[in-house]
Amino acid sequence: MPAFWHWFIAIGTVVFIIWCAWLISWSAKQGPQNVADEDLVGHKWDGDLEEWNNPAPKWWLYLYFITIIWGVGYLIAYPGLGAFEGALDWSQHNQYEAEMAAAAERYDPIYEDFAAMEFEELSRHPEANQLGASLYASYCTTCHGSDARGAAGYPNLTDDDWLWGDSEAQIVSTIANGRVAVMPALAPALGGDEGTANMVRYVRSLSGIEEADSGAASMQPMFVALCSACHMADGTGNPMLGAPNLTDDVWLYGSSSDAIMTALVHGRNGVMPAHGDLLGTNRSKILAAYVYNLSAAERQAD
Amino acid sequence: MSPDRSASSINNRGRPLDKQAQYNDTVVRQFSIVVVVWGLVGMAVGLFIAAQMIWPQLNMDLPFLSFGRLRPLHTNAVIFAFGGSALFATSYYVVQRTCHVRLAFDKLAAFTFWGWQLIIVLAAITLPLGITQSKEYAELEWPIDLLIAVVWVAYAIVFFGTVMKRRVKHIYVANWFYGAFIITVAILHIFNNLAVPVTLFKSYTIYTGVVDAMMQWWYGHNAVGFFLTAGFLGMMYYFVPKQAGRPVYSYRLSVVHFWSLIAVYMWAGPHHLHYTSLPDWAQTLGMVFSVILLAPSWGGMINGIMTLSGAWHKLRSDPILKFMIVALSFYGMSTFEGPMMSIKTVNALSHYTNWTIGHVHSGALGWVAMMTIGSIYCLLPRLYNRDGMYSTKLIDVHFWTSTIGVVLYAVSMWIAGVTEGLMWRAVNDDGTLTYSFVESLKAIEPYHYLRLLGGLIFFAGMCVMAYNVFKTVTQQKAVPVAVLDPA
Repeated sequence: MPAFWHWFIAIGTVVFIIWCAWLISWSAKQGPQNVADEDLVGHKWDGDLEEWNNPAPKWWLYLYFITIIWGVGYLIAYPGLGAFEGALDWSQHNQYEAEMAAAAERYDPIYEDFAAMEFEELSRHPEANQLGASLYASYCTTCHGSDARGAAGYPNLTDDDWLWGDSEAQIVSTIANGRVAVMPALAPALGGDEGTANMVRYVRSLSGIEEADSGAASMQPMFVALCSACHMADGTGNPMLGAPNLTDDVWLYGSSSDAIMTALVHGRNGVMPAHGDLLGTNRSKILAAYVYNLSAAERQAD
Repeated sequence: MSPDRSASSINNRGRPLDKQAQYNDTVVRQFSIVVVVWGLVGMAVGLFIAAQMIWPQLNMDLPFLSFGRLRPLHTNAVIFAFGGSALFATSYYVVQRTCHVRLAFDKLAAFTFWGWQLIIVLAAITLPLGITQSKEYAELEWPIDLLIAVVWVAYAIVFFGTVMKRRVKHIYVANWFYGAFIITVAILHIFNNLAVPVTLFKSYTIYTGVVDAMMQWWYGHNAVGFFLTAGFLGMMYYFVPKQAGRPVYSYRLSVVHFWSLIAVYMWAGPHHLHYTSLPDWAQTLGMVFSVILLAPSWGGMINGIMTLSGAWHKLRSDPILKFMIVALSFYGMSTFEGPMMSIKTVNALSHYTNWTIGHVHSGALGWVAMMTIGSIYCLLPRLYNRDGMYSTKLIDVHFWTSTIGVVLYAVSMWIAGVTEGLMWRAVNDDGTLTYSFVESLKAIEPYHYLRLLGGLIFFAGMCVMAYNVFKTVTQQKAVPVAVLDPA
């Protein structure tokens, strides 16, 4: 802090505190001249408005005085008078560091023990799951929902369908580093409104929710030309790119013709934010194991 | 109540009075009536958005009905339209009566009325359209800000012009508070709103980052301190002794607490920015002076309540005095609660929770609105040549609805706020948070209903007031009142 501002703040503060203290002493000692305490001051307004010259209540003056004394003490102990850092060497940054260090000392061993476990075993460990559920509630529910069933644009985590892969390394990476999935707007290359509409029906036919008529079937070469780079020639997708499998009747943005049309006309931008800085390596793994376990029932049924 | 009908438009020699020998009550009447109108409008919007907290679908998917746009409409309407009009009305009335002269500059006074109404209408149009500076309580865009500045300067000229031509030597204590409020709000408004216009509807503040935040809350807290406190203390210092028919308890106390209040309030803003990127020294000063502010704030409460002391028997028959004593009680409670909430360790729990909403409304409904209502009930009969309001019984009904409404509102938000604060910080043995955010939302849902009920009851009281006021002002023709000679 520049010296000028240091002194400006420090002196300003002290002057205002002295001003308050002076007002107290003024009030305690005197009222208007020649007017006794508990008498009328002698001014009169609007016919009947007058004032007593009562002294301010003692308890009130003491209260005022005590808060001032406390304020002075606080300003000695804590940073307030310009660049003066305070006798206790307190700062909100130090407080944060200290609280984080205390928490790390207490909780890190718990996370380390769990993180040392093998992934499959960890995913079935009841206490680890409880921990994972709390992490999930804090960090994931906003998008994926309290029941982890997701919403349009936010994947359902309870099915065994994995956009970015279901290995330990892949799930941990999804959580820690985040993901960005881009579907470009392709309508202009599809041959106008008719071509786009045909492509919508072709895509729906891949999952068998619509019969491919001749118009839709004619889009197959164009699908291979334009879509296969990400979704593969047979439409089964690519977890390296987060490109969905179009043949399994699992729909990230919905299966309606409108939803697919929107994807073709405007493209899609799917973003999973990175949580590595918030969670650290160990908790990312515990959370990944919890998320993996959410679809265990469906995995066993398969 | 003593009827204040000492005068008529005819002097005692049978000749019509010179205009300068009459009070300018036209502008006072105009502002007094719109107080009730804007009170109804502002509180109705408040009710609507309180209902949206329970039934979000009430926004009907229309942008101009969404919470984010209507919330600033609610705050602007109740603070600046309802509260502001009440301050204009009472300050114009009080400064004439206590200076024993007609209001200075009739045309300028009329301009402040129509200008202020225009500002309110512009706010009611632009805020739902999403035209905003995104500064809390200073949302209005730059063309409206300029208009506010012009009207405010006109207000200052009228008010201080009247004080300067007063026929008594001493300036009455109410005018100190009104004067401090007018000067300070001008400074706050101008400096917080300094911005670079880009288009007619868009500007960018000249302040950057944390400086912008600091300016905003220097303004924001002093809007509370000077608009909603000093101004309404001015109201209190006239209408409480007038209605009680007793002298102000202590001149010395009013001197000490006035000079303390206006000096100390200026520092309190940073307590809105605890544990943020605001430097530690600024946070500390905000907190220290907020705590020191307790006694100066209470000075006004003590002076008001002790003025009423000795007139307690009147509370049985005069519901206007009941409004005033409850207003002073809420003032004392809010100004105790405020310093407590400014302490960092308390703030760490209360900040960002509904506790803040409860605190604000115990001040805004309990203190500001109830003092306004009491003063308007005291004022209107004097402005319309009557002995009292159309119905004293209805004032009593209004008093009880207001009191029950504000208690339900404040208590429900206190419980909700503390619940949120405790749930957000609850930690499991494994270091994870015990509750997700949505669980805290679910926990406070009942209190959202209770808050809506409290607001509804308070609003119902305002409807009773509107009826009573309508009956009062339409039954009797207003006549000019002669300026009283100083004693």
